[in-house]
Amino acid sequence: MYCVKWFGGRGRSGVAALTILVAMALIAGDVPKDVPRDEHGAALVKHQEQVLDQLLPKEPADGVPAGVDPVTWASLVPTDNAMTPERIALGRKLYFDTRLSADGTVSCATCHDTTRALTDQRATSEGIRKQLGKRNAPTTANAALLHVLFLDGRSPTLEHQAKAPIINPVEMGMADGDAAVAAIKDDAEYQKMFRAAYGRDVNYEDVGRAIAAFERTLVFLDSPFRRFLAGDENAISADAKAGWELFNGKARCVSCHPMSPSNPLGTDNRFHNVGVSARHQDFEKLAREALKAMADDPSEQRLDELAVGTDMSELGRFMVTHNRSEIGVFRTLQILNAGITPPYMHDGSMETLWDVMDHYNKGGEPNPFLDGGMEPLALTEDEINQVVAFLFTLTDDRFADENQRQFAEQKAKAAQKRPFRDDDMATRRTLGFEDRIKAEANADTQKGAK
Amino acid sequence: MASHKSVETKYYEERERLYRGLVNLDRRAFLKVSAAALGATAGLIAPTSFTPVTVAQEPGPAGTASGESFRFAYISDSHLYEKQINDRFARGLMRAVDDVNNLDPQPDFVFYGGDLAQLGQPKELEFGAQILKNLKAPLKIMVGEHDWYFDMGEKWQDLYGPPTYSFDHKGVHFVVLNSVVEADFWTARKMTPMERMKTVAGLDNGTQSSFTVGQSQREWLEKDLAPLADDARVIVFSHSPLYKLYKPWNFWTDDADEVQAILRRFKQVVVIHGHTHQVLLNRIGNIYFYGLLSTAWPWPYAPEGMPELTVEMERSDPFNPTDGCGNGEVPVHADGLIDMVYNLWNRNPITVKPGYMRSWGKKDVPPAPNRPSY
Repeated sequence: MYCVKWFGGRGRSGVAALTILVAMALIAGDVPKDVPRDEHGAALVKHQEQVLDQLLPKEPADGVPAGVDPVTWASLVPTDNAMTPERIALGRKLYFDTRLSADGTVSCATCHDTTRALTDQRATSEGIRKQLGKRNAPTTANAALLHVLFLDGRSPTLEHQAKAPIINPVEMGMADGDAAVAAIKDDAEYQKMFRAAYGRDVNYEDVGRAIAAFERTLVFLDSPFRRFLAGDENAISADAKAGWELFNGKARCVSCHPMSPSNPLGTDNRFHNVGVSARHQDFEKLAREALKAMADDPSEQRLDELAVGTDMSELGRFMVTHNRSEIGVFRTLQILNAGITPPYMHDGSMETLWDVMDHYNKGGEPNPFLDGGMEPLALTEDEINQVVAFLFTLTDDRFADENQRQFAEQKAKAAQKRPFRDDDMATRRTLGFEDRIKAEANADTQKGAK
Repeated sequence: MASHKSVETKYYEERERLYRGLVNLDRRAFLKVSAAALGATAGLIAPTSFTPVTVAQEPGPAGTASGESFRFAYISDSHLYEKQINDRFARGLMRAVDDVNNLDPQPDFVFYGGDLAQLGQPKELEFGAQILKNLKAPLKIMVGEHDWYFDMGEKWQDLYGPPTYSFDHKGVHFVVLNSVVEADFWTARKMTPMERMKTVAGLDNGTQSSFTVGQSQREWLEKDLAPLADDARVIVFSHSPLYKLYKPWNFWTDDADEVQAILRRFKQVVVIHGHTHQVLLNRIGNIYFYGLLSTAWPWPYAPEGMPELTVEMERSDPFNPTDGCGNGEVPVHADGLIDMVYNLWNRNPITVKPGYMRSWGKKDVPPAPNRPSY
């Protein structure tokens, strides 16, 4: 758990904070809507870097992020990868470098685009040769504060995680770490930067470390809701306040998304089947295939390939633990900045936060592995609107413009269609399992039952 | 009522016919029977029989000391309300049914450990029976106090027949008892059926009597076991543990000592019980006791009297209502002892090997839970 300071953040007086906020809002407002984009839809690197310069705080990037307790922060940074300006600079260069992909078109920033809330705002991500993966890219914002990474938790650290997409065939497609190193090791600037950062030649482990060090600067916690929790009653609307009440009560969100001053991300860092993949998968068949595939090749790289590039993606945490009870189970995502990171869920199958609320309102999609905490919620339309209003107060002030744009866009979409809405299930007029208990098929085998 | 028979049922029926055909078998007839069996394996007739010539010998009489190993599955303590009142427990039972139906290969049968209903309501029992009909494998079922004390077992027996019975399976003698017989505490108090039911369903109340197997069932048990040799393979099912654990919660059978005395002469006996909703292990001399998981909720451990052999499962996660619940499998070995597989839905499964019980907890110790007990 983290400890976060709530009153004004680190080293900022109230007036200074306000000035910075206003300045940032102005800067963010300067970003043109029609930014130049590459073949994968990502903003061009030069433009992304400009945006990033405006997003990140002016104070030294290698320090403790504003609002995070220094002792907690120290526990999150590995001892062999202390934050230094050299490491961060190297990581930043690597983050934007498409040479790390097999066809030279994809970088970390392709799917974690600084102009798109550090994700790609698309259902699933596009890698080299226009290949689509099976999973939605989570934002790199605040990834530094998570306990485990990837949607199935198959990676324990940022350092470890950063190395995987580079060598995943549907993402950046390098054959292995050596191939990635070969692509950049003759670059004199990299040679200099690796030496300055880690005192060694270019190598793959340090590629992971440097990217991790850079990602630790991507901390975005300054939301209106945070100011509300710190005592500013006017920071959020009456609707959002009602939504916060529902979040902690009738809507049951807090069971898996605890939000508090000490855990501002809104994730329990655990894994749950909320019945998203249940809609379109034969879990049993898939699980048997997965066990066979992983018995044939138990390597980490193979797991990464199967999890990102095949239908086995839907098995979630099961792919990591092989535990039957974790079929279709995924990591609880942070809900900070949720408003600006659509579409939602591990497969990006929900376009708006209204869809997400509809899904939870009906108690999720019935399946044998559904988390025990999933229940029909019987939320009214007004209540759904209130929870959504609350969720849009969780966006960092630096993304305020994008937040407003997303709210309007999602609201318009939701007015058009609500594909996951099921009032009968939400109010328990029909129960999720009812169609499955009508079987008479085996009745004769149990006559007398003994 | 549909006339469909499951693959397993057809298999057992056909095998039964094959065995019957082997009685007084002369050489010509033998060839005929085995040709039929071989034809089955070659796909010439409907391949419901997988019994080739090598199986064409009578199995030993029930209860011989070493025999075929096999496996059954268990589900227990679902405590169903009517679905309009509470559908969470129904979902729990559905999940268990799905788990068991997905076992590959299928278990020989599924044992249900009692307390299908919460308040003994006919509608609760019917609802449960409806869900259990989805099982692919044959069902064997035991009664629990929650099934019984609203109408004194009328509806349950209507669905499933007498609660006390025995059967032989692959050389193992199985006994199913009704261990929740209570002395009449309700007539004198002029209780309604529902008051009686709710009294029995409660913990920590001094109003109700204790569970017993009772004299008539004990006499039946002695007679039922009489033909068996002392080294027979015997597995006894009882809803409450057949020993005295903690009386205020009725984790207790009042005449347990008398029942144990009946079982004493056997080399070893396995007793499997429901009711306690937790990983619970005990051994008293030659008797090995195993508690079953519930599909509805886990009980905490009794505050005193816990058997030393029990590997206590961790405190369940209050934010996950299925944590600490589950179902399981029971592989039965040639020597009559069992593996008890606790398939916990939210945790790694726990398997208790016979060596653990046989060595009084010294060998084959199941992995220690990673969180403290409660």
